[in-house]
Amino acid sequence: MHTLIQGFREAIKLLISLDPELLQIISVSFRVTGTALFVSVLIGVPLGTVLGLVDFPGKKIITALLYTGMGLPPVVVGLFVFIMFSASGPFGSLGWLFTTRSIVVAQTILALPLVTSFVMTSVLSIDIALIRQMKSLGTSRKQLLWTVIKEARLGAVVAMAAGYGAVISEVGAVMLVGGNIAGKTRVLTTAIMLETRQGRFGFALALGIILLLIAFITNMIMMKFQHREIK
Amino acid sequence: MKTIYKVEDLSKEYDGKEVLKVEDFDLFQGEIFGLVGPSGAGKSTLLRLLDFLEPPTSGVIKFKGQEYHQTKEPGLDIKRKITTVFQEPALLKTTVWKNITYPLKIRGIPIKGELKSELENLITDLSLWELKDQRADKLSGGEAQRVAVARALIFKPEVLFLDEPTSNLDPTNISIIENKIKQYGKRTGKTVLVVTHNIFQAKRLTDRVGLLHRGEFIEIKERDNFFNSPDNKLTQKFLAGDLLP
Repeated sequence: MHTLIQGFREAIKLLISLDPELLQIISVSFRVTGTALFVSVLIGVPLGTVLGLVDFPGKKIITALLYTGMGLPPVVVGLFVFIMFSASGPFGSLGWLFTTRSIVVAQTILALPLVTSFVMTSVLSIDIALIRQMKSLGTSRKQLLWTVIKEARLGAVVAMAAGYGAVISEVGAVMLVGGNIAGKTRVLTTAIMLETRQGRFGFALALGIILLLIAFITNMIMMKFQHREIK
Repeated sequence: MKTIYKVEDLSKEYDGKEVLKVEDFDLFQGEIFGLVGPSGAGKSTLLRLLDFLEPPTSGVIKFKGQEYHQTKEPGLDIKRKITTVFQEPALLKTTVWKNITYPLKIRGIPIKGELKSELENLITDLSLWELKDQRADKLSGGEAQRVAVARALIFKPEVLFLDEPTSNLDPTNISIIENKIKQYGKRTGKTVLVVTHNIFQAKRLTDRVGLLHRGEFIEIKERDNFFNSPDNKLTQKFLAGDLLP
């Protein structure tokens, strides 16, 4: 209990003093997870919309793969990305291993199935009568796609929050492909692991508080959006 | 009268079952046509084919002289001349104003000058002015259907289809919508086809009426002749409220 209280004190001190090491870790975390989420949304939102709207051969297989992807063990994804970007791997020449780029790839693989399937489910819940009406009013395919995305916006926000939650709290894959290099690939989760092992509980707790804060803010934004939609 | 639609040997099947079989049907420019018939007669199916929302299984639909069939559908420019108001209003989760102006937005038409005043008049005529900033998903059934009618009329479609537009609405809402439809058909010279199983509505609104039964046209006549001197026994039974689906 004493350690915990002391840890909290140190954490608050670090947060108030804007410790440069702490800020560095936060900055890398935001950059990496933000990019991974951006890529996931860029691919996942249109893909989920098309999957929700269009019937085509092989759709069931893609959907099954997507649902499987939602439960991917992060460490297995990390291993896969590690092999892909290791010196003997197919993308070894890129030199991305132990850089933030490989972390972005791993996190995108983890977030993409979540974002896509949440959007798909949301699009599937849109009344077929609305889609027929939009077509009758003269929408082009692109306009229909955009209108459906806007109608499914609540699902899209949930998808983003789920994707962000999955990647910001991820540690296994990030550790494997990023290597937890100070000032370069060290993010909030990997730093917590390291600091805890080294007995710097205050620093680890400060990072933990920030992680919780991020999760809290994300949920607040989501709830505000939901409230606005329901009102 | 100039023909705007000409249908030849049109057929639609679902799971191998033929639900529509129209050998010959003409829709004239500027008329208000009433399509009547019992439930399951194929009225809504015919509307979906004429609005090019679904392809026919076989047969030809000629729209303004151009032929379309199962493998040849019209381009977006042609489709944008036609629209349907369905029984369910199907509004977007946004304001009344944004719903009504949606067809203009997708066509890239700016709301200014004469169009702006036309839009304001349309909204006022349909008693929607007070509601224009409200969210559409909070409207009553009648209000929502009036929004759907305004949304369809704002871009002045050459052909307006209405599929049971006033079912389950109260007399006030029915009256507002019927007046607007009639006004649109008569003042603009555009073509209107209204599906209804309300005989009185068909009498109030239309110039010509056709009875569809089990996917086939039984009788098509001028309104007064259709109601006063029907030739076919099935039409007589329908008017007597005695025709089963």
